[in-house]
Amino acid sequence: MSQIAAVHPAIEPAESPLTPESWGKLGMWIFLVGDAMGFATLLSGYGAMRYGSADWPSPYDHLGIALTALMTFLLICSSVTMVKGLEAVRLESKERAVLFLVLTLLGGAAFVGLQAYEWTKLVSEGLKIYGNPWGASLFGTTFFIITGFHGLHVTGGVVYLSCMVAVVVRVRDWQWTYNVVEISGLYWHFVDLVWIMVFTFIYLL
Amino acid sequence: MAEAHKSPNYMAIFGWLFVLTVIEIGVIYLPVVKLVIAILLISCAVSKASLVAMYFMHLRFERLTLGLIAVTPLLLGALLVFLLVPDSSAVPHRTAETVKPAAVEKH
Repeated sequence: MSQIAAVHPAIEPAESPLTPESWGKLGMWIFLVGDAMGFATLLSGYGAMRYGSADWPSPYDHLGIALTALMTFLLICSSVTMVKGLEAVRLESKERAVLFLVLTLLGGAAFVGLQAYEWTKLVSEGLKIYGNPWGASLFGTTFFIITGFHGLHVTGGVVYLSCMVAVVVRVRDWQWTYNVVEISGLYWHFVDLVWIMVFTFIYLL
Repeated sequence: MAEAHKSPNYMAIFGWLFVLTVIEIGVIYLPVVKLVIAILLISCAVSKASLVAMYFMHLRFERLTLGLIAVTPLLLGALLVFLLVPDSSAVPHRTAETVKPAAVEKH
């Protein structure tokens, strides 16, 4: 830890009932709401274009719902393993914490792999970012941009969690470690949350 | 460190998330009008999102500030959707009446 971090602990007693104990947690939440607005912009733009379009293809006729349902299940499981990993850090059980964090990032990596497989299958069926054989060309554009933006977030999360595994393996201060792992967990659950929305609006509706 | 409160039953939350996902997939095959399907799907999605936010992201046990910060994008998002309503009516979309193509005018 830097000298400054050593003098100012990550967890400070709250100055008032409104200030958080962990500035890092507050910072991550503020980042997440900004990121949420980014996704909200993409999704509402998608909604406006789809609603105003006369020939938008039906998602469940062309997109693989079964595969995407599996992907949804994968991300939900990875959120559970994340929360279990955090609990293990709280109980200062290093092996369990590392196990659950690794399971979480493997779930995320599997999700991205399945997403890539889904993309190649759809491209081979004719769905491109600039057009498709089934209707409005924006169907493909919005699909790839939104799922791609989300997939990038998952990939970033996998890298982030790999760093967290290294942090836990080299743990010295459990309270500090709990704080940083909790913050990474917030990001991971956010990624799951966004997927719940993307799955509902892009694939099911 | 963490506030002294009982750890929520994470597996129960997982169970609910799984059930809600199955319901969502079932709903799209219901023989009802699209609007009803949309309402059901959005309700399920919002429930799942709330469960993840309240229990996995721990919001239920946090201070009010974080809850207010987390709720802000919901309000701003609703505003976004309303802002786009005029644009979504720009093209006549499929409704009960057939849409006849507009007569081409000479410029």
